[in-house]
Amino acid sequence: MRAVVTVAGTDRRGIIAKVSTLLYERNVNIEDISQTILGGQFAMIMMVETAENDEDFAALSEALDALGKSIGMSVRVQHAEIFDAMHNV
Amino acid sequence: MFGKNEVLETIDMVEKEHLDIRTVTMGVSLLPCIRGSAEETAEAVYDRVMRKAEKLVPTAEALSREYGIPIVNKRVSVTPVSLLSASFPEKSPLIGSALDRAAKELGIDFLGGYSALVHKGMADYEEIFIRTIPEVLAKTERLCSSVNVGSSRSGVNMDAIRLMGEIVKETAARTAEKDGLGCCKLVVFCNAVEDNPFMAGAFHGVGEADTVINVGVSGPGVVQHALSFVPDADLTDAAEVIKRTAFKITRAGQLIAKEAAKRLGARFGIVDLSLAPTPARGDSVAHILEELGLSVVGCHGTTAALAMLNDAVKKGGVMASSRVGGLSGAFIPVSEDIGMIEAAEAGQISVEKLEAMTCVCSVGLDMIAIPGDTPASTISAMIADEAAIGMVNGKTTAVRVIPAPGKKVGDEVQFGGLLGRAPILPVHGGDASKFIGRGGLIPAPIHSFKN
Repeated sequence: MRAVVTVAGTDRRGIIAKVSTLLYERNVNIEDISQTILGGQFAMIMMVETAENDEDFAALSEALDALGKSIGMSVRVQHAEIFDAMHNV
Repeated sequence: MFGKNEVLETIDMVEKEHLDIRTVTMGVSLLPCIRGSAEETAEAVYDRVMRKAEKLVPTAEALSREYGIPIVNKRVSVTPVSLLSASFPEKSPLIGSALDRAAKELGIDFLGGYSALVHKGMADYEEIFIRTIPEVLAKTERLCSSVNVGSSRSGVNMDAIRLMGEIVKETAARTAEKDGLGCCKLVVFCNAVEDNPFMAGAFHGVGEADTVINVGVSGPGVVQHALSFVPDADLTDAAEVIKRTAFKITRAGQLIAKEAAKRLGARFGIVDLSLAPTPARGDSVAHILEELGLSVVGCHGTTAALAMLNDAVKKGGVMASSRVGGLSGAFIPVSEDIGMIEAAEAGQISVEKLEAMTCVCSVGLDMIAIPGDTPASTISAMIADEAAIGMVNGKTTAVRVIPAPGKKVGDEVQFGGLLGRAPILPVHGGDASKFIGRGGLIPAPIHSFKN
């Protein structure tokens, strides 16, 4: 399913490498990456394709959360549907 | 498609502005549970609620994780219990206990439906049922109760209102050690709706399908934040900002509601468009009104600002959801809204002003602590005033007041958690007992005859 990975926090080296390695190990395909600096804060948004089943998604979500904690940033994955719903008529 | 700004906006809404799904409420019909005895009925009720709602909490938690939107409350509403216990009304508390036990085991915070609908007349079994409410609310922890005493079609049942004044007082007395906490779980309605997902007034109407999912969205903080970017906009433009924001919030609710219904094997019922505050800072309806340019909620202009807010929320929300229902309006519970609490503490808002505000929003005099020595007839009169507003204006109104035992104006009560805290507000000292004592039915207004 389509999902969005977001990484936010203070910019530092190796963020993209760490996150994309984790995604690669979990067989998640990255389709698009964009990044931006907002008010001194780094924000990266990745469009990804994940496995369909809930267990894998839950495990991915936990792994990204744990990675975020280890590098002091907020890392999350969400179904893309929520953004479609909220921002498109 | 969406761009990175939309992604970041959504994440900010959740992280900084308290966007959440306030409640996913499963409505369950208990009509198939009626048996020959109270004991058998209570057992059937417990089994059915446990079976139907078994996966409610884990499903909501999974949805919350996958979509990245917090779901604050998971709840269940059931068929009004007075309909289940009509053959043995004095034993209704057995069903109440069974429901409370189910709520605890399911891990939900509230279960609504210890209710009676007596808007046109009160049967003997319904009166007996209503008289069990104080005992049941004192004994149970998570069960909520509501009584509908009027409707635009049928008029206002003043006999029921007289009784409810006494029931509110007795409920407070039986939970006196907790400042009358029982009254936080008791709502007296006019024009109660059958698909309300919010507590304490939720019940599952008899016109509903077997099992439905109703979702209440929230997001006063998101609306306030959006308005903070247009400090000089005129009110037409401000209303547009509110509409757009309400649309986004409601779309999140619609998505969660449909997905929850699918996963739980239930029907998607409705999305309730209410703006529901919490005692947390940044999650206040009162602060939206102040953002619009009032120095303090309760001052002149509050009713107009609230009317505009309430309407704009609906217009944005209706477009966002295929099925809208419930109460759908801004809530103004005093103890559950930090802006309201502070205005009340500063003596800036009165019961009379709150009553005026209820003419233009949902739902009514909500979570207001009043002096413990307020007579039952005065509470009945407050209920009658609200019911009249609801009846004449064709809207839902309600009263959830807490006559805190032993407390007087200047004191404060603490209920904790989402129920918050409230200073005791003064009520008018005049005597309405003769009026309330008359009883009878206030006839429905002429404009209710639409056939």
